[in-house]
Amino acid sequence: MADITLRVNGNERKVNVSPQTPLLWVLRDTLELTGTKFGCGAGLCGACTVHVDGRPIRSCSVPVSQVSGKSVTTIEGLGDAGLHILQQAWIAEEVPQCGYCQTGQIMSAAALLAKTPHPTDEQITQAMNGNLCRCGTYERIRKAIHWAANGGEDTSKKVANDVIRGGAR
Amino acid sequence: MSPLSRRDFLGAGVAAGAGLVIGFYLPHGNGGSNQSFSPNAYLRISPDNKVTIVVARSEMGQGVRTALPMILAEELEADWQQIAIEQAGASTLFGDQTTGGSASVRTTWDPMRKAGAAAREMLISAAALTWNVPRSGCVAENGRIKHTASGRSFSYGELAPKASTLPIPTDVPLKQSKDYKIVGQRIHRVDSPAKVRGQATFGIDFRLPGMKYAALSRCQTIGGKVTNFDDKESKNIAGVSYVGKVGDSAVAVVADSVWNAMEGRRVLDITWDEGPNKDLNTAAVLDSLKKADPKKSANLYLAGDPAKTAGRRITAEYLLPFMAHAPMEPGNCTAHYQRSRCELWAPTQVPQDCRDSVAQAIGLDPDQVTVNVTLMGGGFGRRLEHDYAVEAALVSKAINAPVKVIWTREDDMRCSTYRPASLHQLSATLDGSGFPVALTHRIVAPSITGQKGQPTPNNVDPDLPDEAGPVYGIPNYSIDYVMTHTPVPLGWMRSVYALQAGFALESFIDELAVAAGKDPLQYRLHLLAKDQDLTYFTTTWRTSRMRDVLQLAAEKAGWDKPLPAGHYRGLACFGCFSSYMAEVIEISMDKDQPRVERVVAAVDCGQVVNPSILEQQIQGGVVYALANALRAKITIEKGRIVQGNFDDYPPLRMDETPAVEVFAVASTEAPTGIGEPSVPPVAPALCNAIYAATKKRIRALPILS
Repeated sequence: MADITLRVNGNERKVNVSPQTPLLWVLRDTLELTGTKFGCGAGLCGACTVHVDGRPIRSCSVPVSQVSGKSVTTIEGLGDAGLHILQQAWIAEEVPQCGYCQTGQIMSAAALLAKTPHPTDEQITQAMNGNLCRCGTYERIRKAIHWAANGGEDTSKKVANDVIRGGAR
Repeated sequence: MSPLSRRDFLGAGVAAGAGLVIGFYLPHGNGGSNQSFSPNAYLRISPDNKVTIVVARSEMGQGVRTALPMILAEELEADWQQIAIEQAGASTLFGDQTTGGSASVRTTWDPMRKAGAAAREMLISAAALTWNVPRSGCVAENGRIKHTASGRSFSYGELAPKASTLPIPTDVPLKQSKDYKIVGQRIHRVDSPAKVRGQATFGIDFRLPGMKYAALSRCQTIGGKVTNFDDKESKNIAGVSYVGKVGDSAVAVVADSVWNAMEGRRVLDITWDEGPNKDLNTAAVLDSLKKADPKKSANLYLAGDPAKTAGRRITAEYLLPFMAHAPMEPGNCTAHYQRSRCELWAPTQVPQDCRDSVAQAIGLDPDQVTVNVTLMGGGFGRRLEHDYAVEAALVSKAINAPVKVIWTREDDMRCSTYRPASLHQLSATLDGSGFPVALTHRIVAPSITGQKGQPTPNNVDPDLPDEAGPVYGIPNYSIDYVMTHTPVPLGWMRSVYALQAGFALESFIDELAVAAGKDPLQYRLHLLAKDQDLTYFTTTWRTSRMRDVLQLAAEKAGWDKPLPAGHYRGLACFGCFSSYMAEVIEISMDKDQPRVERVVAAVDCGQVVNPSILEQQIQGGVVYALANALRAKITIEKGRIVQGNFDDYPPLRMDETPAVEVFAVASTEAPTGIGEPSVPPVAPALCNAIYAATKKRIRALPILS
């Protein structure tokens, strides 16, 4: 066990845990920030994505000792006041189904937009390919990132959306 | 004008003449305070104008917390902004609460509509009585009852105390679909804001004061047991407070955090009795399918007599592997055992089964067990099992404290239940034009339900009636089922047997079209040309509805238009859970591997409740099914599941995911299933496209094996 100090969402937090404990479990169990999810425990699915000093990392695979003194941002700290534009985009484009992976998806997307404010489809794929979604929301994620990049407008490639042929009513 | 008498009130439905009048019984809840209006267990309106709708199905991403309340709110003429949603736990008020079989909307469509309509009629009566005017002068609109002549109005909350004193009508008029204001709209899901903030509580997020965490080491050899264990190393891990057997085949390590429990489990030393399956492997299981005795087959569907037809004969066999559900949220459950009662917080599709299994496991009566239903990080059928709940209750009882059991991804992959492997033997007799005058389809597969010790009347797995029906009106047509047995644990996975049956049938039809030298679309349309009702158990499959979805998919995909160079396409149609589905898949080939460029999906699922959720379900089903078709394969060596995580059981990622265009046939028929029907056409449409590209026929999944 060791005393470790982190900056989480702008606040200094002291924890007393085994230094090998993955950051994920310190966030979830010790600091009760459960928006960061456990999916695979092996850095394969991205559900546990958080930012450390602004860079996206898989918190399931990073011992808490490695982020001692560093600044950690979780989904709970993403929007300074109200919803981050990506969170708004996720609602506007109705991305979540089960929603379990979506906090990790949003954290990956936020890191992308911070570096590349107007990403191409290829850049989005490259940045998001490490985040799995079993509900298959990828195309809506892509649309939502474009929506956010364009400041709240859907200028992405239009996919046919006349779901009801001829209009049901 | 006289106040409304009880007799007038009961006759109101007929007088209103607004539509259907159906007699019904609704369970009566006892929720709500004095003065609150709760005419049935689905609805509560408080005097402060809060309208609470209770959802008695589980939310696993398919949108029930939005779609089911929309149905009730429509009939209630509620203000959607005013609605609060409450999740029901295991209850005796709602009938079977199982969330599965794409059944949530189709089985609650009537009860939710009637619950809303009954309340609406009672609120109208309450207003009419208060104003001393005839009911016919009052209308329900946007959460208020208005007196048309005077313009006066009451909110539903203001009427709640009065309405709660009125008799509950047994017949109520239901709205006609042309008058719908909420049903059919792209209403935003109620669960999205909490989910994007990270504030939604999934099972894994739930916590109680003083709660412990448990990780279980389960025997990885199928059917194996614990002989003994040494917990010395485990107890040296800080925070580990208990190590003990759970049932015959697992040992639990309890600690003060998930990580410490996992660490304690890592160093646990267990001696296993591997049991009777220690030499089992996949080849032996597949061999048992091939050796199944066709004489033991049960008939599922029969038209004419296929044996008495003559002509060119074509036969083919198709083989499908075991698959794993792999929802994103690994298994978990929180339990708090307190001697004469036990409370659970479970991400479950079957709260009532959890209650009953837990009661039996820990020696309580079912009514001493409370099951709360949390959000689920995907289900896909995996959470139709109640193993997590039983484990949590047993551990909580053993340590006499609240505990959360958490599975790892490897636990989920290796100690799960699996979509059954299956073999399909098809044959056809073709007429002079190359169309089948006879078709036989024999499904050889173990029974999921049978393996769980539940009844399989006439040797038919009870899922097959929803999932393996006929598509075409072929005059001599039989579908048979041979039940086999396997020790590999089986579970219901998204679309269950429809994935297998649809893959085999729709690949075979494509083979027949090729043999006949005909276009696969025109070939199918010819087989669907005649309007026929195909009766299959309790479902009637209409060739006209399948024809419509097939034409819709083909038209939207531009089937008759040329493709870009290097692109190929295939199509397939299939029906399950009473819905009709057709898909066109366009691919390109990168060396010998397909790249899916575009998917066009058309569905007839009756009345669409929420087009956005419908799109989500179909897009999601297609992506799930593409992973199934391309790569999903669970194999067994030495009695153990080989795959362990997303590296050797890889789902689709963004770079492989095509745009999925979704179209629904306009319909006012009662809604049918939508969570699963998009799955079965994917693999055959994809394999048919690969055939178009390569002239190679794929008869065994996965494609990339």
